[in-house]
Amino acid sequence: MTTGVRTSYREAIRSALREALQRDPRVFVMGEDVGRYGGCYAVTKGLLEEFGPERVRDTPLSESTFVGAGIGAAMNGMRPIVEIMTCNFSLLALDQIMNNAATVSHMSGGQFSVPLVIRMATGAGRQVAAQHSHSLEGWFAHVPGLKVVTPATLEDARGMLWTALEDPNPVLIFEHALLYNAEGELPADAGPVDIDTARVRREGRDVSIVTYGGSLPKALAAAEELAQAGVQAEVVDLRTLRPLDTGTIVASVTKTHRAVIVDEGWRSGSISAEVTARLVEHCFYELDAPVRRVCSAEVPTPYAKHMEDAALPQVADIVAATQDAVSTVA
Amino acid sequence: MDAGTLVEWLVHPGATVHRGDIVARVETDKADVEVEIFESGVIDRLLVQEGEKVPVGTLLATLKPLGSEEAVTAAAAAAIPPPAIPKVPIEPPGAPEPGTLQHATRAAERLARERGVDLSRIIAKAGRRITVADVEQAIRPGQPLPAPVKASPRARRLARQLGVVLHTLAGTGPGGAVTAADVERTAVPTSAAQPAVAPPAGLRSRADRVVARQRATATAMARSKREIPHYYLGAAVDLSTALAWLERENLTRPVAERVLPAALLLKAAALACHDVPEMNGHWADGRFQGSDAVHLGVAISLREGGLVAPAIHDADMLRIDELMAALRDLVKRARAGSLRSSEMTDPTITVTNLGEQGADTVFPVIFPPQVAIVGFGRVSERPWAVNGMLGVRPIVSCSLAADHRVTDGHAGSRFLTAIERILQDPATL
Amino acid sequence: MTSDELRAAVLASLGDIAPEADLAGLADDDDLRDELDLDSMDFLNFIIGIHERTGIDVPERDYSRLGTVGAALAYLAAHAAG
Repeated sequence: MTTGVRTSYREAIRSALREALQRDPRVFVMGEDVGRYGGCYAVTKGLLEEFGPERVRDTPLSESTFVGAGIGAAMNGMRPIVEIMTCNFSLLALDQIMNNAATVSHMSGGQFSVPLVIRMATGAGRQVAAQHSHSLEGWFAHVPGLKVVTPATLEDARGMLWTALEDPNPVLIFEHALLYNAEGELPADAGPVDIDTARVRREGRDVSIVTYGGSLPKALAAAEELAQAGVQAEVVDLRTLRPLDTGTIVASVTKTHRAVIVDEGWRSGSISAEVTARLVEHCFYELDAPVRRVCSAEVPTPYAKHMEDAALPQVADIVAATQDAVSTVA
Repeated sequence: MDAGTLVEWLVHPGATVHRGDIVARVETDKADVEVEIFESGVIDRLLVQEGEKVPVGTLLATLKPLGSEEAVTAAAAAAIPPPAIPKVPIEPPGAPEPGTLQHATRAAERLARERGVDLSRIIAKAGRRITVADVEQAIRPGQPLPAPVKASPRARRLARQLGVVLHTLAGTGPGGAVTAADVERTAVPTSAAQPAVAPPAGLRSRADRVVARQRATATAMARSKREIPHYYLGAAVDLSTALAWLERENLTRPVAERVLPAALLLKAAALACHDVPEMNGHWADGRFQGSDAVHLGVAISLREGGLVAPAIHDADMLRIDELMAALRDLVKRARAGSLRSSEMTDPTITVTNLGEQGADTVFPVIFPPQVAIVGFGRVSERPWAVNGMLGVRPIVSCSLAADHRVTDGHAGSRFLTAIERILQDPATL
Repeated sequence: MTSDELRAAVLASLGDIAPEADLAGLADDDDLRDELDLDSMDFLNFIIGIHERTGIDVPERDYSRLGTVGAALAYLAAHAAG
């Protein structure tokens, strides 16, 4: 490993954007406030000055319009990176994403592809209430024709974008808003990473905690706490929600025989439900305890701090669910 | 061929069958035969019971025309008062896991599913799978069933593999469920890879354990002889170099660390697996599945009667003194009844060593799902020709029984030759 | 060691190996391997048991001189003295 560089999740994405703009003249960035304002989470700050208004484009407040424009540009040979402020607002562009971007390749018999990348912030925890806080990545993971990725580490924040741009089909990147300020070391030569596989972030033998995105740091913190109590939890980062890397999840649970799934989405019909189903389908006879889930409370995300905290998966909830999964009565 | 034994009914009265369906399995002297049906309809009565031997041409069952199915099922259902049918979830059917003996006949599974009977609550007759008769017995009015068992899927699978009856266990898992650890704690050493027959240990007398072990061995050996096309090879091996080396070695060792000749023979067999890896592994899912690790099963006769063949893990990697220590430990624990389940299920090849009290030559029987077993007879002094001279040498007869589906006499010969070669150079052991 | 102590050590060593055997009914000239169905591992454990109890280290080449209880007592008496 080369010497690490101190950086943040936000800076890692920005350098990925900068690299993409430098490497490929077909790449351009478009979205609300991405230019002069520097992006609502300051991810694109400085890019307008560096690359000019042709390649860093502010758009009107109309998600359907600029996502549609991105689809058209992609079909005509460009490599657009569209930013949607939060995934709540992506619903205004749902028709474009689902009925056009996801389907064009299939409906044209492969004559057209849509090499579009859409980045959006997801998740709660900043007291911005129900209009800005939901986790809808699990919804999008339902749709064939889309790839859904959820970078949770600096490496993935830095490396997933370029791989997504090279994909001939639309890729949605969900960036958890609480991760933007996360800091750490990143190798100076960090580059593209795959967007097809899950990864074991911590090895353990007693139970598998399967999670992704903004819940990964919580799961790792829970695993650390559990280790103090003698429970060796393995933490699996899904990384990509569609297509789901069933093999890695099943291999982990086949080893530990117990699973806890942590998902900031709502429990009903969530990606955590899908993971549970895969476990039952693929390694039923390996399960030594019921699968446990830690999900958000099934309410629109509350504004008040104590209520928002109570609604979201917290480290203590993960610890409790995991202890429950491994519990034995003497 | 003039008679056959009906081994298993695959249908039961009331079942709809179609032309070409397999309805029963019959065992004849020559082969197992699947009985096809040539008419579509509804099974009315089964005239021959499982286990019955009947002449060729015997009427096995009667059939009703299709359409009368309603009447038949209705009548069958009416005969059973509703409260007697416990509506509890049943285990999913599906193919048995590899390495698992299916614990109920397919017809029994189907009947249980239709009547909502939990198969895990039915105890089969010793050494047999659950049959339709067992299920019918269980749903007979006034016949109380044992309480339902809460157990994890993994615990259930393990229980089948290890022959543990679940509802005799106290669960320690979430909500009092039986977990894999509970099953492992209870499992007794039965003969390698022999599931489904032995009841749990803690609850049984010594005599019961002997009987259960004999049954397990009987099942394994019968299966082996039924399924595995054995071939046998033998070679007389001169042990003079090996025994002389061992004697010198043992002179330098304290009494508790002395190495027995058996350890040399085991090590040689383990190392020979490197020369002929096709001897080391399992036959599963209709093909040979080789193993990188050599987990050497050691046949150990127990003082109370019976035989176990637990594994010395990675025997090929152990130094001779480590192997000896492992062997002593294994024999001690086998006789104390404290083997681990992995030791019972892991062997990839087995060695049986008759020792100095035994016969000259052993023609061993393979432990399924393994594909080979090596036998050593008594070491005895024999006249032996070397370089045109007769001498008296300690000779052991080394034999191999191997699975002809996997290897042939050529590979077997190479294997025995490898053992012989290794034993001529004991310092490398 | 007195001959009673040696006998106790021999019988205790045998009892460890063959707990089910009726040692009281064992005659001094009964062949141990035949009567108690001892294999080479059992016999090694017998020699180890004797060593632990009496401190006498029976070398391998002398194993055949401990074939019966009587022979074992004679052998041990000779070596305990010397």
